[in-house]
Amino acid sequence: MSDREEAFDTLAKRYTEETGVPVKFELYAPSEAYAQRVKASAQTNTLPDVFGVLGEKRDFASFINSGYVSELTPDLVANEPGKTTGTWESVLFEKALNVNRFTEGNEYNVKPGVYGIPLDVMTIQMVYNKSLYEKAGLDPNVPPATWEEFMEHGRILKTKGIPGFVSGFGEIWMIDAFASNFAMNLMGQDKVFDTYRGKVAYTDPDWVRVLSLFKEMTENGLFVDGTVTMVNKTAEQTFANGRAAYAFNGSWCINVYKGMNPGLNYGAMLPPKVASTNPMLIWGGAGSSFVVNAKSTRREAAVKFLRWLTDAPQQSYLAEQTVNLPSNKNSLKQIPPVLAQFADDMENTTHPNVYPVHESPVVSEAFDKGIQSILIGEKTPEAVAAEVQKAKEKESRK
Amino acid sequence: MNPQKIRNVVGNYIFILPAALLFFTFSLYPFAKVFQLSITNWDGISPEMNYVGLANFKDLLFDNPVFWLSMRNAFFVTLLALVVQNLLALFLALICDREIKGGNVYRVIFYLPPVLSGIVVGLIWNWIYDGSYGLLNHFLTFIGLGDLARAWLSDSKTALISVAVIHMWKGFGWGFVILLAGLQSIPRELYEAARVDGANAWVVFRSITAPLMIPVFILVSILTILGTMQIFDIIIATTGGGPGYHTEVPITRIVSTMIGNSKFGYACAMGVVFGLILLAISMVQIRVSKMMRQV
Repeated sequence: MSDREEAFDTLAKRYTEETGVPVKFELYAPSEAYAQRVKASAQTNTLPDVFGVLGEKRDFASFINSGYVSELTPDLVANEPGKTTGTWESVLFEKALNVNRFTEGNEYNVKPGVYGIPLDVMTIQMVYNKSLYEKAGLDPNVPPATWEEFMEHGRILKTKGIPGFVSGFGEIWMIDAFASNFAMNLMGQDKVFDTYRGKVAYTDPDWVRVLSLFKEMTENGLFVDGTVTMVNKTAEQTFANGRAAYAFNGSWCINVYKGMNPGLNYGAMLPPKVASTNPMLIWGGAGSSFVVNAKSTRREAAVKFLRWLTDAPQQSYLAEQTVNLPSNKNSLKQIPPVLAQFADDMENTTHPNVYPVHESPVVSEAFDKGIQSILIGEKTPEAVAAEVQKAKEKESRK
Repeated sequence: MNPQKIRNVVGNYIFILPAALLFFTFSLYPFAKVFQLSITNWDGISPEMNYVGLANFKDLLFDNPVFWLSMRNAFFVTLLALVVQNLLALFLALICDREIKGGNVYRVIFYLPPVLSGIVVGLIWNWIYDGSYGLLNHFLTFIGLGDLARAWLSDSKTALISVAVIHMWKGFGWGFVILLAGLQSIPRELYEAARVDGANAWVVFRSITAPLMIPVFILVSILTILGTMQIFDIIIATTGGGPGYHTEVPITRIVSTMIGNSKFGYACAMGVVFGLILLAISMVQIRVSKMMRQV
């Protein structure tokens, strides 16, 4: 978020000029420092009027249940001030709003409603280097659509001495995101959720197949050396410098690659399909969201500011300055072409925050660390599946 | 008690009050608070904290192999640091203790790594260890040992040792400075007398330097153990605890439990257990040092 400081400061100044209301943005990096800061502020009742909640949905729910976050549903469904039509909700991407929505009967017992406003929209998918594709004699406009094609292209790239795939797998949530794409595609959402509910075991052949995909990639030499412990910033540098043909990254990468190598010729693609029975679902939805402090005495002013911030002119400005997908549908017409490629895949998105059920973080960690063990050839997919199931059973007993 | 005596006692307590307040506020209270949180299932956000008794400790002690694996990793790095890092520091301190040309320049150079941020050091070594374009692999290939080239931080056989090397590189300067100060406090007359008696360098070291340096060795080893067991920033900047759990250490486990899993209470229990282990190690070391001084 700190890369947007200049754009935020400009907007804050503009809002103050227009309304006389002073606004100050405070940005923190890294994100863990910010997450801790917000938690500490909540404990000392010093949360600002508007803030962001980082972390998983259970953290968001805990903030709401603890009375720190105001519900925004009434504001979203109200007509524009002074008009009889046009709600705030209607201009925002539904998928982005859903990330901040709690539905009836949610597992955290949060009162149903929307509690956050998306500032931008993101997708996490794959990108490929068109120049390296050309160098390998592959069609730069036809990235692999299926797993078989992906393996075949990987083999061709390897024979030309071009390194294959890179990602920040040292940050294990990225492994989780990548693996979940294939799990959703291979077995469908319902079976994935049933696994989280404890009705399907991780030793199920479909899960073993998901884990085997990583083994297959390793055996085919598709990974750039060191990917397993690489932080995403290094992975981004590797891809931007043309040292990898593919990367798994979020749509924020456009701005990052632009800074690292403005001439990089690349395109966005969905992860290759393993099965044709279910759609390939990637993570996406709200990128950054803002919530309103429930204890703030300036709640209405805070909501007004958020409404202004998500209006088309401000959203277009942010999209242009920060190269992120806007959360306002009406600003989508003015985005750069490569960003439009990411936007095109929005219909294929899902997000852990919209899942009806969630996996225990302990089990997720065992799964992600297990994949790291597969990548270094230390464990088999079957052994990892058995270990994850053991962790699941232990968590279920608690 | 007469008024004068009371005044004296009160006066004495007033003198120690600022220090006592600081000690209570920044040492005793946080420790008591951490212990209080360790017997709850607090998530770090909610105002409610449910008392769970010793359940966190029971799970940690008997049903958390990853935490004990991380402890083993930290002990391994500590052992390496105690031996290799401190021997290197002592060797360099002995050299700089002599009247050598440019001694001050060496002192500054050796002291540079400790003052660098762990994250910066980690990023520099990431580049050195890189599997594809790393300096180390390039060097190995240049001297004909290309077969040894690998992604050092991603290989389960080398990840922990590679992290330990970074830690030792960053840490030897501290030991060097303290050991050098200790060496310089030894009266020169003792060395001169020994030489007059015909003692060689080894006899001088064994009979004069080593015995007089015991308190300094103890101090350096306590600092090395406490500093290395709490290794964190270098690991975050290089491996993130991976691949798998090969470079996980107690602090990375505590942080991921606290922030990643939102199990604040459980993480506090980990902190209490880890703190007690460090305390026990320090006590043993102090006891051993007292025994050695008596010998």
